Amino acid sequence: MLVATALAVVRTQSLFATAMLSGVFSLLSALLLVVLDAVDVAFTEAAVGAGISTVLMLGTLALTRRFESAPSHSPAIPLFVVLVTGATLIYGTLDMPNFGSATAPAQVHVAPEYLERSVHEIGVPNIVTAILASYRGFDTLGETAVVFTAGIGVLLLLSGLRRRRRNKREDV
Amino acid sequence: MQAIDWEFVVGHINYWLFIVLMMTGFYIVVAKGNLVKKIVGLNIFQTAVFMLYISIGKVTGGTAPIFPLDMNVDPAVVYSNPLPHVLILTAIVVGIATTSLGLALIVRIREEYGTIEEDEILKIEKEMALQDVRQHSEVIGERG
Repeated sequence: MLVATALAVVRTQSLFATAMLSGVFSLLSALLLVVLDAVDVAFTEAAVGAGISTVLMLGTLALTRRFESAPSHSPAIPLFVVLVTGATLIYGTLDMPNFGSATAPAQVHVAPEYLERSVHEIGVPNIVTAILASYRGFDTLGETAVVFTAGIGVLLLLSGLRRRRRNKREDV
Repeated sequence: MQAIDWEFVVGHINYWLFIVLMMTGFYIVVAKGNLVKKIVGLNIFQTAVFMLYISIGKVTGGTAPIFPLDMNVDPAVVYSNPLPHVLILTAIVVGIATTSLGLALIVRIREEYGTIEEDEILKIEKEMALQDVRQHSEVIGERG
């Protein structure tokens, strides 16, 4: 279903439909994340991916336009590049451990320590929260800094939009 | 010839599916001229990478990494790896920040050029460059 949605995004020319489909894609991926035991991530994906980014997308479309024009050059070269990249990536996965394997390197390195120690060191039932806010607190601080910077950037880019429009109208 | 190792295929098909999704997003970014569509493609690529990471953290028979409220942890219960979840949580939020910045840039570009198609923007840029060159050569010609 995810693949079908992604392919629909490739096919459609209506940007409104594209925005909606990207929301559907986020929601489906949130479902998949629940299946993969990542409930916190699924919450975030559903709220951020399906909610906020769809709203932002629609806002942009309201300020720009609704349809894309037909592509002017052939898709052969991009298709070739994409296929080669995909083949390389698949070749890279051949060395990876089986899905769900409990002895995979990712499972035996630091993860068990987090699981063991956060019980008496942090005392928060949700381990993801414990790691996010405590062990990797600086990471989260950096993340908020990034979001803050992006917010400033958006404000700077969009500030004066109305003013400039009014000036243009007066010129005409 | 060796028969297909089904255990291997089933154990890796999740990675392959996510790579297919990733490449779909990549194709949209490379091949489509519309800037909004490029952003959507980037989002698809991003989400596919997220799911790849989360699927690495999954343990068969495991459950979500949340302890019971009384904190009496049963050692028999298997939890999935919480570390990828944390990293991806951060990545999702950073992703929406970059998406919003990209969309704001698109609004600005539309304001300046009157279009959000890559081809048309390139055409306008080329004309502007040509005009610059012509003006420049006129100035030089006067001097000569």
